[in-house]
Amino acid sequence: MLDGSVILKDFPLLQQTGADGRRICYLDSGATSQKPKAVIDAVTDYYEHFNANVHRGIYEISERATEATEVTRKKVRDFVHAASTSEIIFTRNATEAVNLVARTWGEANLKAGDTVILSEMEHHSNLVPWYMLAEKIGIRVEFVPVTDEFRLDLDTYRSLLKNTNAKLVSITGMSNVLGTIPPVKEMARDAHAAGALFLMDGAQSVPHMPVDVQDLDVDFAVFSAHKMLGPTGLGVLYGKKALLNAMPPFLGGGDMIGKVHLGSFTCNELPYKFEAGTPSIAEEVSFGAAVDYLNALGMENVFAEEQRLTDLAIARLSEIPGLKIFGPRDGDRGSAVSFTLDYVHPHDTADILGSRNVCVRAGHHCAMPLHERFNVPATTRASFYIYNTEEDIDRLCEALMYVYKLFG
Amino acid sequence: MDDMYRELIIEHYKNPTYRGKLDPCDHSYEDENPSCGDELRIMLNVDENNVITDARFEGHGCAISQASADLLLEEVIGKNVDEVKNMTKEDVLDLLGLETLGPARIKCAMLSLKCLKAGLYGVEGHAWEDII
Repeated sequence: MLDGSVILKDFPLLQQTGADGRRICYLDSGATSQKPKAVIDAVTDYYEHFNANVHRGIYEISERATEATEVTRKKVRDFVHAASTSEIIFTRNATEAVNLVARTWGEANLKAGDTVILSEMEHHSNLVPWYMLAEKIGIRVEFVPVTDEFRLDLDTYRSLLKNTNAKLVSITGMSNVLGTIPPVKEMARDAHAAGALFLMDGAQSVPHMPVDVQDLDVDFAVFSAHKMLGPTGLGVLYGKKALLNAMPPFLGGGDMIGKVHLGSFTCNELPYKFEAGTPSIAEEVSFGAAVDYLNALGMENVFAEEQRLTDLAIARLSEIPGLKIFGPRDGDRGSAVSFTLDYVHPHDTADILGSRNVCVRAGHHCAMPLHERFNVPATTRASFYIYNTEEDIDRLCEALMYVYKLFG
Repeated sequence: MDDMYRELIIEHYKNPTYRGKLDPCDHSYEDENPSCGDELRIMLNVDENNVITDARFEGHGCAISQASADLLLEEVIGKNVDEVKNMTKEDVLDLLGLETLGPARIKCAMLSLKCLKAGLYGVEGHAWEDII
């Protein structure tokens, strides 16, 4: 069993204390995670010892930088169990990775009347790129509904696959608001049976649970380094090699080319074909340290400990007067726990919690359609990660009781 | 920051004096903070001397946005429209009894004055910093 109170010692930011002398209570890892010292040190190490551009320099520090970024690519390949490093494309973030698929695979393979199936619980980053494609080439967008039990309505999903010209299903592996974990493997199998591809938005699932892209048999998966102990400015697109090879390039520029002549170019091989320009070298290097950190803990253990904390949080939150949780009470769910209090607006809740150094997020969490579905303008969200403890849940509940005292 | 939720704000949020409708009304203005979901509608009656004779607001949102609307309407009733046009961010903070607000909450506090001034000037789609 993991122990958050031991783990948090590795995170410099989590040593901060507030005016009351208590350490910061960080419950917003769904937005971005904190970084262990090892990751921060890896950034510094790169800039102090081998800062040079990659792939071109024939001198020691450049070769070292190139090697370090490729080592991370191998670590990421193994972390999500991809078949090859050529299937691991570095992007700016998960959002850019979704846009890459929409703009390259989507524009090359979809035509007016084709359908992309999404769900009501998607993050805006897995909605808007497809809406933009709908505006540009006339594809249709359909939504798998979320049930009153906060699960995807799989019967409707299957009927959408059957009754529309579905070419792609793009669904989150874990809702950033509800915590809901849909049955991705089963949904991908159904999509394939209907002749559609499957993209998993792993921004929330990859940091928090074991993910095996080959076992899930997803065609594409996207995730962001900064939500899994790594740096900002770096994301990953996983794609099956045959698909990536057949796709046109995304951004044009250096590194993504094979040859350039006056008036023409050829593409580089995978994965560089989709990596134009100087990459985020310091970020790629330090992301390797983040993956190492998670591997040392073991993703099975990470998931188990977060489940334990989440169950406890849900039980304790249920004792707060007027509190309603938006998300499954148990079963397959991640550590995002969103709620409302029936006497106070979520922004006031988050503000008062913030003044007590309890960091939560309030708003629509980039999932406005989901909030419309449940008819609330906003929710407050606490999200847990490996460095959280039972004490953090005490702090959350204590602060919420203070909100109740003020507004209840 | 706990100071922000002093009695005045909570009282005006829980028991607003000017929440409701003016029917009929001379002017009605709506505005929102899309990032928070705060929504506000302000209704005014203005006499022949350009003096605001009555005002009400409807909407939903956080305590800061709703209390500031209630306090602002209390302040502007009996005032000339030109005086209201000259009101500033500091005037609203004074009404709320606050010296300052962080970047995330200042928009909530200013929604009411932005709505009112945008209505009086007839401008739409402006950031509050442009109007207030």
